[in-house]
Amino acid sequence: MQTLFLQGPSVTLRTLVLVIASIGLMVLDHRGSQLEVVRNTLTYALYPLQYTIDLPIRLYYWGDETLSTHKTLLNEKRRLEDFQLLNKVRLQKLDILEKENRRLRKLLHATPKTGEKILIAEIINVDINPYRQLTVINKGSNDEVYISQPIIDAQGVIGQTIHVNANSSTAMLITDASHALPVQVDRTGLRAVAFGTGKIEHLDLRHIPHNADIRIGDTLITSGLGGRFPANYPVAVITHIERSPDEAFVSVDAEPLALLDRSREVLLVWHNQPQTELSGDDEP
Amino acid sequence: MNPNTRIVVLTMIAAFMLAMMPLPEWAKAFRPDWVTLFLIYWTMALPASIGVTIAWSIGLMLDVSHGALLGQHALGLVLVIYIIHSQHQRLRVASLLQQAIVIFFLLLLKQGLVLWVSGIMGHAPDSWLYFMPSLTSALFWPWAYIILRDLRRKFAYKTNY
Repeated sequence: MQTLFLQGPSVTLRTLVLVIASIGLMVLDHRGSQLEVVRNTLTYALYPLQYTIDLPIRLYYWGDETLSTHKTLLNEKRRLEDFQLLNKVRLQKLDILEKENRRLRKLLHATPKTGEKILIAEIINVDINPYRQLTVINKGSNDEVYISQPIIDAQGVIGQTIHVNANSSTAMLITDASHALPVQVDRTGLRAVAFGTGKIEHLDLRHIPHNADIRIGDTLITSGLGGRFPANYPVAVITHIERSPDEAFVSVDAEPLALLDRSREVLLVWHNQPQTELSGDDEP
Repeated sequence: MNPNTRIVVLTMIAAFMLAMMPLPEWAKAFRPDWVTLFLIYWTMALPASIGVTIAWSIGLMLDVSHGALLGQHALGLVLVIYIIHSQHQRLRVASLLQQAIVIFFLLLLKQGLVLWVSGIMGHAPDSWLYFMPSLTSALFWPWAYIILRDLRRKFAYKTNY
């Protein structure tokens, strides 16, 4: 079966072909999204592995829930009930404000803001790449998740989906080095772009002029420009400002509000694209 | 399934799981490149059946699991396995230490290629720790080698090495 001289130059030839194929794939993958099918097919094979790796952690949470005592559960229930009551009161106010806002917007002939659909997803605990800020979630195109869909948690914006499969998606966090998010300062409305730095807990605001009104402790919210993220979700808080006269811009650091590496449950947001928002103008 | 194929597939699945297993933050940079390490062993042990084509397919899987460009790891893996494949007879008689040194340099080559592409894409890591997996992989080579050899002797029926 094993012949000595069967594979002489053919291995070199095959290697050459494969090297060229790799380069071709990289170029194609970088330029367009035709290869998404290939990636999805390969991800199907990986998903069982990811699921298995996540299983012990899942089991831990399950065990924690199952084995907790009656008293702990009661306490938890009471705490949540109080919390629910508080939220309900706040929501009442918000409802009235929202109605008022819609009325005012109509008076101004501005586009009315539409509601957003939200779905809870769980993060699958696998390490992808220590030098990229990527994560896997357990919802995919079966739940109508789409590419570059915003992901948030209770504290703020987490990131967006970059690859979507049937039952899982890969998400890029806002701190990934190739991520940029249009934001504005809550207090002044100053617009900026928050760039990821590759380090969790670190965002970089670029191109802020020296005379800009910006202070440490200012909250950044999404500006909704670019149409990918819905407006007015909290993103980060400014932690460091350095104004050196020999630089053209101020260097501003911010820390994300969302628990990027600690959230287990995240929310996927469906928000209407600008085009559909315009058509919403005709509605009463 | 042929017992050889079965043991290769099972160990490669184990390698992928080791590569994706969550580690504490400080340890992430030190994780050995298990997939490459295991594949190097199987290329040395079964060069008639494991070669560059399989390396390329596994490289693509690695790309998907790392969220990298398709072809990024595949390119590096193909070149590493090509060198191992063409030199497998020499490597087999070398000592574990010598093998580990060769593997260190081959993994540096692979990581360098991956880094080069990441650099072109604009998100190259800015820390020397990036090359740490080459070193840890070389350190783990003797263990990987011995464990995989024993597994192969136990479960594979036809040994040609």
